[in-house]
Amino acid sequence: MNKLVTEVLQGSVRAMARLITLVENEDPCSLEYLGAIYPHTGNAHVLGITGSPGTGKSTLTDRITTALRRRAQSVGIIAVDPSSPFTGGALLGDRIRMQRASGDSEVFIRSMATRGNLGGLARTTADVVKIMDAFGKDWIIVETVGVGQDEVDIVRTADTTIVVLAPGLGDTIQSMKAGVMEIADLYAVNKADRSGAEALLTEVKLRVEQDAEIKKTLWQAPVLKTVALDDQGTESLLDAVVSHRNFLKQSGNFEIVRREKAREETLSLLKEEISRTMVEKILGNGRFEALIDDIVAFRKDPYTSVQEIVGTIFPDSE
Amino acid sequence: MAGKKRIKVIMAKPGLDGHDRGAKLLARVFAEAGMEVVYTGLRQTPELIVDTALQEDADVVGLSSLSGVHNYFFPRVVELLRGKGLDDVLVVGGGIIPEEDVPGLKDSGVAAIFGPGTRTEDIVKFIEKEVRTQ
Amino acid sequence: MFDKDKLTAIKAEKDQWDCGPVEKACAKFPERKTTFTTISGEEVDRLYTPSNVADFDYQSKLGFPGEYPFTRGVQPTMYRGRYWTMRQYAGFGTARETNERYRYLLEQGQTGLSVAFDLPTQTGYDSDHTFAMGEVGKVGVAIDSIDDMKVLFDQIPLDKVTTSMTINAPATVLLAMYLAVAEEQGVPYSNVGGTVQNDILKEIVCRGLYIYPPKPSMRLTVDLIKFCYEQVPKWNTISISGYHIREAGSTAAQEMAFTIANGITYVQSCMDRGMEVDSFGPRLSFFYNAFTNVLEEVAKFRAGRRYWARIMKERFGAKNPRSMMMRYHVQTGGVTLTAQQPLNNVIRVALQTLATAYGGAQSLHTNSYDEALCLPTEEAVTVALRTQQVVAEESGAADTIDPLAGSYYVEAMTDRIEEEIDNYITKIDAMGGTLKAIEDGYIQKEIQESAYRFQKEIESNDRIYVGINKYTMEEPSPTNLLKVDPKQREIETEKLEQFRARRDHKAWKAALDKLDEVSRTDENVMPTVVEAVKARATVGEICDVWRNIWGEYRPKEFV
Repeated sequence: MNKLVTEVLQGSVRAMARLITLVENEDPCSLEYLGAIYPHTGNAHVLGITGSPGTGKSTLTDRITTALRRRAQSVGIIAVDPSSPFTGGALLGDRIRMQRASGDSEVFIRSMATRGNLGGLARTTADVVKIMDAFGKDWIIVETVGVGQDEVDIVRTADTTIVVLAPGLGDTIQSMKAGVMEIADLYAVNKADRSGAEALLTEVKLRVEQDAEIKKTLWQAPVLKTVALDDQGTESLLDAVVSHRNFLKQSGNFEIVRREKAREETLSLLKEEISRTMVEKILGNGRFEALIDDIVAFRKDPYTSVQEIVGTIFPDSE
Repeated sequence: MAGKKRIKVIMAKPGLDGHDRGAKLLARVFAEAGMEVVYTGLRQTPELIVDTALQEDADVVGLSSLSGVHNYFFPRVVELLRGKGLDDVLVVGGGIIPEEDVPGLKDSGVAAIFGPGTRTEDIVKFIEKEVRTQ
Repeated sequence: MFDKDKLTAIKAEKDQWDCGPVEKACAKFPERKTTFTTISGEEVDRLYTPSNVADFDYQSKLGFPGEYPFTRGVQPTMYRGRYWTMRQYAGFGTARETNERYRYLLEQGQTGLSVAFDLPTQTGYDSDHTFAMGEVGKVGVAIDSIDDMKVLFDQIPLDKVTTSMTINAPATVLLAMYLAVAEEQGVPYSNVGGTVQNDILKEIVCRGLYIYPPKPSMRLTVDLIKFCYEQVPKWNTISISGYHIREAGSTAAQEMAFTIANGITYVQSCMDRGMEVDSFGPRLSFFYNAFTNVLEEVAKFRAGRRYWARIMKERFGAKNPRSMMMRYHVQTGGVTLTAQQPLNNVIRVALQTLATAYGGAQSLHTNSYDEALCLPTEEAVTVALRTQQVVAEESGAADTIDPLAGSYYVEAMTDRIEEEIDNYITKIDAMGGTLKAIEDGYIQKEIQESAYRFQKEIESNDRIYVGINKYTMEEPSPTNLLKVDPKQREIETEKLEQFRARRDHKAWKAALDKLDEVSRTDENVMPTVVEAVKARATVGEICDVWRNIWGEYRPKEFV
């Protein structure tokens, strides 16, 4: 087995940090490494934390981590921040809000930039989760970008997802994107000491109840109050997360969801790989530019042309 | 952006000094130069800075001090980095640092010291030139 | 002030001038730039005329010195009576070394003292604490105990000088030590005069030397204000500081606006604790920066005085005119100094001193030309003090009050800055007040944005800084810099050990226990802090009592 992977499995923090970088950079070797890691994954509980900017996600992450540490659990944190679409650079500012957690040798914090990926995570965040999982972290917390994009990636990555809301940000159920109800396993109404918190709480609760009635789901997302700055409500929130985990395990949902996720992940890897190899091949044969010339000159149209190319590569696809 | 490495920088304020105008400004300048920057906040011990560099797999650690503690903190950070096997991390410093202290700091392993009035562009260029390639 | 027809005529003539001679001149010799701005980015017109101050009403906007709204100054005679207090901020190394520097400065004609403490003292750690590694005696004097304070003011009569102390999070402790030393000198509290900075909000916003969360921090601030009102009537209980906001990169208008926003919060907090606005209002003081753009600075000071007077009168219902006066100390701009060609800094400081004098400050610290390099040497400190004396004695700026009033430009700029202040205050009010605005990072981000803009201007040569991006030259590295003994921490640690061994352990323990008990109630902590320092508790020990109760503050950082 690769030396770096071995070191990660033996608990080398430095090796884990290096491996994450290789995966993050989509190094040609990274697929091989991830392959070697995969059998060692599946032990950590992955907690997603999402919500609009200013709701206090990082501070809440910090507090949940300290609470987990009180329960003797080791924690990996992935904090995702957006890359600038213009320069590709990024300011990774979440880590400084995790002052309590940093400095604890059982906590590993990694900041990630989205590097152009939409959906609230970096393209490789799920892979980094696997590395931390294989390393042996009991819990992995993934904090999404939270810039109001459709943050759906987190559902595919996390076992439990907390949607964080706060009063005074114009955060109301009406203004929320349609998908949010499907994302949340739990709601945290943070900054609950501010005015408007009660109203927000009531509104979210009502909506969750209505929703549960229509859908008849087995799990009804609890809505909890927190004041992350003063470390209020953290323990109850964590208790609720643990309940959700137990629910997943006991209801059999866990296996169903795991299979779904494995299917989705494999399929998306397959699509990527096919598209990458095919496109490489097509661009490699030199006729592509000539085709573009024809399209620009209206001698051909792009739609038929694509069908023709696919037809030549997979002659049986009709 | 696939397969492309980005320079990762830790900007840190060691010690009790609260003057972070320069550190924050540079954090932003580095990000605009395409780097990925982690700003650590104030009152960082050398141990915390090195932990951050380790976990983030930083290419560069930038240290800022305006309170005259550079002779203690900068070499200490380098020492701890090397102690953790982070031999190729580029350490640069800035702030109010007398010329006569610079040779000693360089001997201890700080790659460069940027004093007041340095063009940020020059700092970016230095990092791009000197940073590890792997 | 101006006749309507006259104004119309002036405007018409100005238009003609613009289209005629100006256009012709520009065609031949284009102006240096398309837009001219102050260092704060305020646009500056080619020429100011009465049209720029068309609504100017002398009585409501200016009035008279010593009278509401105090635009022209807070005293009736200003510097014709007495110059501003020349107060050089100093402190380094041990209490003994600093004491020598103080006595030197007093001999040279300085009229007030200003104590710089080292960072461990300012963050409530004793010199032997791990966090004090490398920091002891560096940016100021190390004070751990009442004994250090005694040495610091050795042979300096505390009823004759006033002392300003730059201390915030542990302000109660250092003031208690100062009062205890005064008492030992036989000076009653009522004859002790001076200032503590005691401004925790700007520490959170930009200076970074906080200890406790905002709520208990504010409680300490108000406890000190209340105690002094009752027992130390000549003490300035707070110095609400824009200085560091400007150093962090704000514009002139932001400096004034955010300082006033903080001031509003302090006043409100005192009133919430049941104090009458006019009981503490007269003892509030302010602290500002002065940059080199003289006229903008003058306008800033005038606008700030006028705005604060209105706030105190209209928002808080102050009746005593003294509550409405914005009295302030100025320090020349630290960030305006360059490490390159350091002697140029003498000129910068001179202009900043002139701005301060024209602006009507109550006291001034002038920076030394070598401060971008190191702690100031005695020679540099002397030049800095002489700069004040030259401006005071030779320039004539001190001979008539508010001499720039009535300048179309200065009045227009004053109005504009006042409007900007008002816009910020309105916005911050709408956000739910200063504490919320700070918590959300609004104020921090506004400052950083300005700092960034300024840096970009310098690097693109849109703004010229002599010796930095123009008129640069090769120079030998500077010599003769002041160095603090690197053994400082060991010296202080040894001293502390002896100090701790000598004290009456029982009395010390009882005093700290009492402090712990009182701090958990709503009672004013100040009297107990005074008892504790007399029982020889150190700065670090007292601050630890509160750390245990309230925890430490870790702010959100906004990049």
